[in-house]
Amino acid sequence: MATQILMPALSPTMTEGKLARWLKAVGDSVKAGDVIAEIETDKATMEVEAVDEGTITALLIPEGTEGVAVNTPIAELSGGTEMARPAPVPMAAPAPAPVVVAAPVAAPVADKDWGETKPTTVREALRDAMALEMRRDGDVFLLGEEVAQYQGAYKISQGLLDEFGAKRVIDTPITEHGFAGMAVGAALNGLKPIVEFMTFNFAMQAMDHIINSAAKTLYMSGGQMGCPIVFRGPNGAASRVGAQHSQCYASWYAHVPGLKVVAPWSSADSKGLLRAAIRDPNPIIFLENEILYGQTFDCPVDEDFILPIGKAKIERAGSHVTIVAFSIMVGVAMEAAKVLAEQGIEAEVINLRSLRPLDIDTVVASVKKTNRLVTIEEGWPFAGIGAEVVMQVIEGAFDWLDAPPVRVHGKDVPLPYAANLEKLALPQPSWVVEAVKKIV
Amino acid sequence: MAQAAESRKRGKTKEAAVNQPQLLDAYRTMLLIRRFEEKAGQLYGMGLIGGFCHLYIGQEAVVTGMQMAAGEGDQVITSYRDHGHMLAAGMEARGVMAELTGRSGGYSRGKGGSMHMFSKERNFFGGHGIVGAQVSLGNGLAFSNWYRGNDRVSLTYFGDGASNQGQVYESFNLAAMLKLPVVFIIENNKYGMGTAVDRASASHDLSKNGAPWGIPGIKVDGMDVVAVREAADLAISTCRAGKGPYLLEVETYRYRGHSMSDPARYRTREEVQAMRTQHDCIENVRHKLEAIGVEEAAFRAIDDEVKGIVQDAADFAQTSPEPDEAELWTDILVEG
Repeated sequence: MATQILMPALSPTMTEGKLARWLKAVGDSVKAGDVIAEIETDKATMEVEAVDEGTITALLIPEGTEGVAVNTPIAELSGGTEMARPAPVPMAAPAPAPVVVAAPVAAPVADKDWGETKPTTVREALRDAMALEMRRDGDVFLLGEEVAQYQGAYKISQGLLDEFGAKRVIDTPITEHGFAGMAVGAALNGLKPIVEFMTFNFAMQAMDHIINSAAKTLYMSGGQMGCPIVFRGPNGAASRVGAQHSQCYASWYAHVPGLKVVAPWSSADSKGLLRAAIRDPNPIIFLENEILYGQTFDCPVDEDFILPIGKAKIERAGSHVTIVAFSIMVGVAMEAAKVLAEQGIEAEVINLRSLRPLDIDTVVASVKKTNRLVTIEEGWPFAGIGAEVVMQVIEGAFDWLDAPPVRVHGKDVPLPYAANLEKLALPQPSWVVEAVKKIV
Repeated sequence: MAQAAESRKRGKTKEAAVNQPQLLDAYRTMLLIRRFEEKAGQLYGMGLIGGFCHLYIGQEAVVTGMQMAAGEGDQVITSYRDHGHMLAAGMEARGVMAELTGRSGGYSRGKGGSMHMFSKERNFFGGHGIVGAQVSLGNGLAFSNWYRGNDRVSLTYFGDGASNQGQVYESFNLAAMLKLPVVFIIENNKYGMGTAVDRASASHDLSKNGAPWGIPGIKVDGMDVVAVREAADLAISTCRAGKGPYLLEVETYRYRGHSMSDPARYRTREEVQAMRTQHDCIENVRHKLEAIGVEEAAFRAIDDEVKGIVQDAADFAQTSPEPDEAELWTDILVEG
């Protein structure tokens, strides 16, 4: 009896992968534990082991094929009784498909027209931004866990070691406190480090250096000693990685004078803002999102493309309600706006891009037009970004508000692991639709 | 103390390497630090200095001996017990004292205070208030030297208390891995605030704390400026030669409390008195100078000069205006 071997999910966020290499051919017999193929995921190249005995009767996907969706049959085995499954990761269900993102509608706040664009993943955009800035300035270097030889835990630094060498792309031990502090010290002496945290969850180990050493030294030195450094990495929930690996730190960092906090959504945001962050003479917290890494957006190809830190972008114009979002929640807001439009409600979606400084002028101007405000963030509500935006809008446009602002946010609980509970905890487009309909 | 005594002896055999002008200069620096700190204590008592204020009295030979061996461009970074380091690094007494009083003439224009002072010009990188943080940062200064391929060395000071911090060992590992030019200087003054070193550290020989990473370390008599200078020469030249980090455990003693508000009940008056009378670092160097024929008049000239500098600093620190109220909002971010 023939058994199908399916494309396995080898990481929590993997939805598709490249079938890099077959290690078995049709007619080969395999037994449990034999490596049958190599698959490249968004994080790494992984080996797929057979879990049963049998003879390969067909290879359904040729090697080198990219974008093979999880659970696609890739081979057939005769004589087996069970489907082959990846040995290393006990994943039962594939990660949920990433949020489908509508193409941005007209952008009334004119970004400078950078001309030609090409489809680019957020991952490529971040890598390109670093490479461009490292070519431009010899004082810029990258350090972090697995950034060099491994090519990045999430492959953001792919190719950088080859181009820039081991002195500028540095693998560190898993000691965030020590290497973040070292990078801050180097920045105080004029170098321009990019510190990659494998995720921002681990940056809590380095929090003292981010706040006490990086953010405060300029002030404490009477302006003598600045700290030109970028701390970057994925922030917020990924998918099914549980409470300790799924937290949005936006409001933590945005609380601190002396830091700038940036949270890109699209590839253009990522490339343009990361270049600006690297050139900025101040400490920058650059909050990426793991689920966005593999998403594709049009991105300007102009060699000089860069975006200003501190300017929000109106992703979609509308006159009935203002929805303020950042990072991955911009995509959720855009999807909600599409649903609302079908119901005759035109939402204006603002992508904050930068949380500190916060472009409240753009938000206030929008609310003065729409008279209604909904904020959305993945993080917890208490003292969150939404609370801050709402308060500043009340300060700046109280008389224009026709209804109380509404916050959409992650539920006030540690993020659960169970798939159904996780979904209940993280903002969905339907939550935004409901929030808007409460006040429109 | 046996090892310390041995190292003192070792220092003596090398005394010829430190000539009379250098020794006199060391005497002057140490005396300047002592008098400055006494004045700071006095101003604190008068309510002119606020917050935390940690005096360096008793430990003067450590930073003085290290700076005798340091070269132009070598960086210095330390904890909050930092006044002596700044004076030894060549920062002006006026600017340091005016920072203690929170005045616009201070090195940080009054915005840093005793624990947070910097001088880019003198390569002094603070002045850090969080125990152990300066060790990672000092590693970063060494990293910048390594990255730029210059031959400068980072002199990174911390106390016996900080020597138990996790980030110290993360720094040892990184420094050894990358062969960073950093001299880790543990100023072992026997107490981390009120806790005796043997009640806080299971390691009985802090000079060996870098051994697992292959970092060479020696114990040094920190009450003998010549012994410190000798050890510093060895450590700094090793770093400068690209051989990676070096660890010095400098055994010293602070006569005053941890900070101004410390009643110091964790040690006996006799213990302090014995250190002051039998091991004082300034008396020690004075005896050496007398032994090689330096006259009383030379000491008096230095005493007078130092007294003048400190009085001038104290006057300046009281007459320099408080920072302009607009300073509240400056230096938060670099503009542009």
